[in-house]
Amino acid sequence: MNKHVLPQLNRRAFVIGAASVGAGLAIGLDLPFGGPSVVRAADGSPEVNAWVVIRPDDTVVIRIARSEIGQGTLTGLAQLVAEELECNWSKVQTEFPTPGQNVARKRVWGDYSTGGSRGIRTSQDYVRKGGAIARVMLLQAAANEWKVPVAECAASNSVITHTASGRTTTYGKVAEAAAKLQPPADVKLKDPKDWRLIGKSVKRLDTADKTTGSVIYSIDLKLPGMLNAAIKDCPVTGGKVKSYDEAKIAGMKGVKKVVKVGDSAVAVVADTWWHAKTALDALPIVWDEGENAKVSSATIAKWLAEGLESGPAYVGNQSGDVNGALAGSAKKVEAVYSYPYQNHAAMEPLNATALYTPDKCEVWCGTQNGEAALAAVLEGSGLPADKCDVHKHLVGGGFGRRGQTDYVRQAVDIAKQMPGTPVKLLWSREEDMTHGRYHPITQCKMTAGFDAGNNLTALHMRISGQSILFSLRPEALVNGKDPATFAGLNANGEAAIGYSIPNILIEHSMRNPHIIPGFWRGVNVNHNAIYLECFIDELAHAAGQDPLAFRRKLMAQHPKHLAVLNAVSEKIGWDTPPPQGVFRGLAQFASYGTYVAGVAEISVVDGNKIKVHRMVAAIDPGYAVNPAQIERQTAGSFVYGLSALVYGGCTVKDGRIEQTNFDTYNSMRIAEMPKVETIVMPSGGFWGGVGEPTISVGAPAVLNAYFAATGKRLRSVPLRDQNISFA
Amino acid sequence: MANLTINGKTFTIDVEPDTPLLWAIRENVGFTGTKYGCGIAQCGACTVHVDGVAMRSCGVTVSEATGKQITTIEGLAAEGTLNKVQQAWIDHDVPQCGYCQSGMIMAVTALLKDNPKPTDQDINDAITNICRCGTFQQVREAIHAIANA
Ligand code: FES
Ligand code: FES
Repeated sequence: MNKHVLPQLNRRAFVIGAASVGAGLAIGLDLPFGGPSVVRAADGSPEVNAWVVIRPDDTVVIRIARSEIGQGTLTGLAQLVAEELECNWSKVQTEFPTPGQNVARKRVWGDYSTGGSRGIRTSQDYVRKGGAIARVMLLQAAANEWKVPVAECAASNSVITHTASGRTTTYGKVAEAAAKLQPPADVKLKDPKDWRLIGKSVKRLDTADKTTGSVIYSIDLKLPGMLNAAIKDCPVTGGKVKSYDEAKIAGMKGVKKVVKVGDSAVAVVADTWWHAKTALDALPIVWDEGENAKVSSATIAKWLAEGLESGPAYVGNQSGDVNGALAGSAKKVEAVYSYPYQNHAAMEPLNATALYTPDKCEVWCGTQNGEAALAAVLEGSGLPADKCDVHKHLVGGGFGRRGQTDYVRQAVDIAKQMPGTPVKLLWSREEDMTHGRYHPITQCKMTAGFDAGNNLTALHMRISGQSILFSLRPEALVNGKDPATFAGLNANGEAAIGYSIPNILIEHSMRNPHIIPGFWRGVNVNHNAIYLECFIDELAHAAGQDPLAFRRKLMAQHPKHLAVLNAVSEKIGWDTPPPQGVFRGLAQFASYGTYVAGVAEISVVDGNKIKVHRMVAAIDPGYAVNPAQIERQTAGSFVYGLSALVYGGCTVKDGRIEQTNFDTYNSMRIAEMPKVETIVMPSGGFWGGVGEPTISVGAPAVLNAYFAATGKRLRSVPLRDQNISFA
Repeated sequence: MANLTINGKTFTIDVEPDTPLLWAIRENVGFTGTKYGCGIAQCGACTVHVDGVAMRSCGVTVSEATGKQITTIEGLAAEGTLNKVQQAWIDHDVPQCGYCQSGMIMAVTALLKDNPKPTDQDINDAITNICRCGTFQQVREAIHAIANA
């Protein structure tokens, strides 16, 4: 089934667990929450436990295992710890323990991966516990000092009070003693109704330095004696370096060395990156592009289209008898949609600095997965885990791209050829655009049937296209099937369809072109939501019903989906007409454990320019740790998703990606940004993600509004290919 | 050798005259607040002031910048006090990843110098920086807050 063969690029963080520390540690989470021998931070302050260091001046340093890529997780995680710790929020600082420290301490900080909108929801329980246990130990230390029962002591704002006597002390004063205590075996976490910091829109902790240029992103790192590398990987994935003519750049200013990186890339190492890049551009390289050079967007589209009609497919969601129901239906509606490759195009181009010596290898980088980055260092250097480490920087955008470690491995491969010299590898924007891990390409054919009473009786969705897991995590495939391709379309679970349709069949015909796919903000929900929500809109129209009323009828069994849809409809005033010349479109979707809905108000200028005036979104992530940051993630996800809808799309010619920079892969500007109003409506009882879910509804809401405005359905992305732009 | 006057100080650097100002600032002078995003004057991450005018430093050569007064993000709070744009960025929690924000702040600072009370349209016309995180709503809000202060 898989016509184009992929290069082997599987490398998992399991390397660390299995090869270096023993398999058991990688599975369970070993959580020593403190203990008799005091562990000290670099400045000598005691760790009350792994999550909490307290300095004598009452500064609380909270350890953050997950990465901060702009999404605000650092602040949210600190809120979770601080809530239970009962510390003074204004004296909270954060730090990232290194992945190497995590390995050395038996994964005391758990998982480092920061993707799938999981940063908070999959660590909230143990980080809150970390805060709670530290609080109990601090209280006990004060009680011991005062020789009173701990039950008579209370903690608030980093101050401990003995209620009976009114005596007080502070966390900073008792931290040393607390760190020596045996941690309690278990603690009770607060009832959510007692939360004071969780749910509050406190300001981010990482803002100030971002306004003065003083954040050191990994691209900004300077190390003594450091050199800079520019790289060119074969423009056709799967191809190799045949030869390069080093003599042609001999003597160019600043050039120190030309190195082959793996079998597919060449790097120039120089004193400055500008010199390295200038020399690399002048270096003649001959590629062996291989078979993949024959692939184009047209051949991929044809192959995917075949998958809509024939060949085996994996079933993701099935009930009733779709074929029977369609055959017996009074009316049938059919449509084919498509969604292209997309590049992440984070503002900070990929980069990593590596320093290799025969007995140590260190890397400095922005990463969404510190442990996977460490695994890449191990593999590249050939050194064991206790001789390797990764220093995580604040990240200039991730969106899923920095969960991969290809650039880390390249940096190590270069540094290994220059032992003792730190080398910073920086990808040019052109390299970044043409060697992405692209949003997967798919097409979808949908067929629906109505009975004589105009009731929707059957829905058949057949998606044909690429599987991310097939390329990046084949071990996660289930009997060859990629369950993630059904995100938002499943019968149940954290990404379930919000409609009850008596006969349903949703299937995926897997076709994997050679372009390497990746996890791109929202991942499979970007196309799935367009397919489902635009088609539902088509069905409402075919049934002669209002799109909101039509949806509501199918949603009685899906109260959480319905609640967010109702919220946006009410806020926009769906029942009252929009202003003259303005048209509305709706969408709802669930993914990453979170329910979202959106409505767009647009007008169409000159027949082909879309002015998005306003978008209203509603989001129910169960618990909302920081509503102001959720609003920002929502608005930001619309910028990202609508940029992709209108301006995005990466095309393939002669086996390579054609878009090379922001001139050909544009991004929405402030003038094109609609006003976004976000209704944060946590219903409690579950923890959903925040960074990604809302991206699902932006594009379909705008497309449905476009139909309302023009009577035309736009079924393929990007719109620029149909001569449509933002006004 | 070239002389560049940056944030009121003159730096003598060993650099070819056709080097983009961006890379001279980052690599030869060593101020890394000015960011590389595209290298082709599309994204605005590298925005600095050249004689008070916002310019994309990836598209300006060292020889063109010689003899001019260059201000980078590090020069805005030279006296130790944040300028009002930087302060508003903190007050309105504007940055997400923050990578584009040096350029954004430089562009907005230049806009407000020429036009202390910009309309939405003025903002749309003047601020064309890319922000992949999508902070535009807070950017606009913060600009208006400064204008109305
Ligand atoms: S780096 Fe200069 S405009 Fe993008
Ligand atoms: S804040 Fe991340 S690119 Fe603008």
